[in-house]
Amino acid sequence: MTIKNDIAISDSGFVFAPGTGESFTVNPIGAEIIQMLKEEKSVEQISERMLEKYNTDATTVEKDVNDFISMLRHFSLIEMND
Amino acid sequence: MEKQRYERPLIQKLENNMPNKFGTRTESAPMTHIDDVAVKDLMDKYGSPLFVISEKTIRTNIRKARKAFETRYPKVQFAWSYKTNYLDAVCRTFHQEGSWAEVVSGFEFDKALNNKVDGSKIIFNGPDKTEDDIKKAISNNALIHIDHLDELYSIQEIAGEMKKKARVAIRVNMDTGIYPMWDRFGFNYENGQAWDALNKIMRSEVMVLEGLHTHIGTFMLSPNAYAVAAGKLADLAIGVKDKYQHEIRYIDMGGGFASKNSLKGTYLPGSDMNPSIDEFAEAIASTLINSNFPPDKLPLLILETGRALIDDAAHLLGTVISNKRLSDGRRTTIIDVGVNILFTSFWYDHKITPAQPFTQYTENTVVYGPLCMNIDVIRDNINLPLLNKDDHIVIQSVGAYNMTQWMQFITLRPPIVMIDPEGEVHVIREKENLDRLLEFENVPEHLKDFTL
Repeated sequence: MTIKNDIAISDSGFVFAPGTGESFTVNPIGAEIIQMLKEEKSVEQISERMLEKYNTDATTVEKDVNDFISMLRHFSLIEMND
Repeated sequence: MEKQRYERPLIQKLENNMPNKFGTRTESAPMTHIDDVAVKDLMDKYGSPLFVISEKTIRTNIRKARKAFETRYPKVQFAWSYKTNYLDAVCRTFHQEGSWAEVVSGFEFDKALNNKVDGSKIIFNGPDKTEDDIKKAISNNALIHIDHLDELYSIQEIAGEMKKKARVAIRVNMDTGIYPMWDRFGFNYENGQAWDALNKIMRSEVMVLEGLHTHIGTFMLSPNAYAVAAGKLADLAIGVKDKYQHEIRYIDMGGGFASKNSLKGTYLPGSDMNPSIDEFAEAIASTLINSNFPPDKLPLLILETGRALIDDAAHLLGTVISNKRLSDGRRTTIIDVGVNILFTSFWYDHKITPAQPFTQYTENTVVYGPLCMNIDVIRDNINLPLLNKDDHIVIQSVGAYNMTQWMQFITLRPPIVMIDPEGEVHVIREKENLDRLLEFENVPEHLKDFTL
């Protein structure tokens, strides 16, 4: 599972998908996750990083990261590799 | 290194629709305190959900309302509408501020008596007054506002038997140019029903016509409708004086003034759009003063305002149970406040404010209550900051009707606390518990035992 190659993301959290011409906004944590997906990090690695950096717990992170990825899929921003 | 505050990740598609000229933000700051008492402390101590009433706001509201009318009209009397919120602590706050009691059932009448309101300062409205209720009202010298002819005849009969005069008024319904016209209560002005009832009372030897009453609707957004109503009641009163040389002592304009809540379907928030109490006062007072009453014979003006005096004095605190998504990707948040305790969510878009800091990011959210019922929707569309499970929220302006129309349904009803002007917190209604509820139930002997 990776973010599509052509997806562009700005520092301010503006996401552009040239394939469809659609654009999105993400909050800073959302931008971080997209960045990590671009770096081909796994969901486990992303979750670990969130737990290190933020004041939260594993259950919340697991739930929220999965929800966020399902929204990326809903918006056709990621492709499944297998 | 100290960890940063967590916020759930968010992605939103940018749509090429019309921009919202009023901006998307509904909230700019969390509501962490109510009358300087921390929301978190209240919830830690009393649990969630929790109703919180501000005594200070009640007193401010009634004083402001009195000032609005008393600066425009010489004789004004407020009567607290029990059905709007009949918690004793709330009623007694209003009574301390000089309000009489306005009740619509024998139960509410007893509550007012129990609150030590003198019977002569209880206004008894409503279409359902039993024989016992009428006897109680007459013996307590209460003001009985007659709703229909059957009631008029009952009063005539009962007062005759008691050999005691009943102090009465009639409720008058009328066309004030608004829709819907409330013509189910009282006697109609335009078709002559009102005069018919007045004639019957004036010819009775056991009823004394003390006043005229109207209540033209609820959550009224048009002060002018009150001007029309006041004008019609003034005409009736002057007509009675001309015909019977009898002076009407008071005109009761009822209630129905809008609070600052936002009705469903309205574009602008109620806080920006709904008329202030001064606008209603101006419409009513100027009409009465400009009517044909001689300046020294102006009747007492009674107001039964409920909602506008109590709505913003109460908050409902709740907690986020879960965040989910609907099949179409819409965000939903489940909170522990259901429609069984927030009845008004059926007609208001209640303002919901987080009780802890949040960022500028928001998400369109459907807010559901905790009941396992499809109708349990608190907001069907609200732009909410990103809330996490266990976050606290404050639902604002819930003082009117919720604490009287609420139901024990699926969950137990929560406690109610009142913050006094010194910041002391008092539990004014305990949290319900199973034992108390079971006191009302009986199990027949043959149903007591079973094996599974």
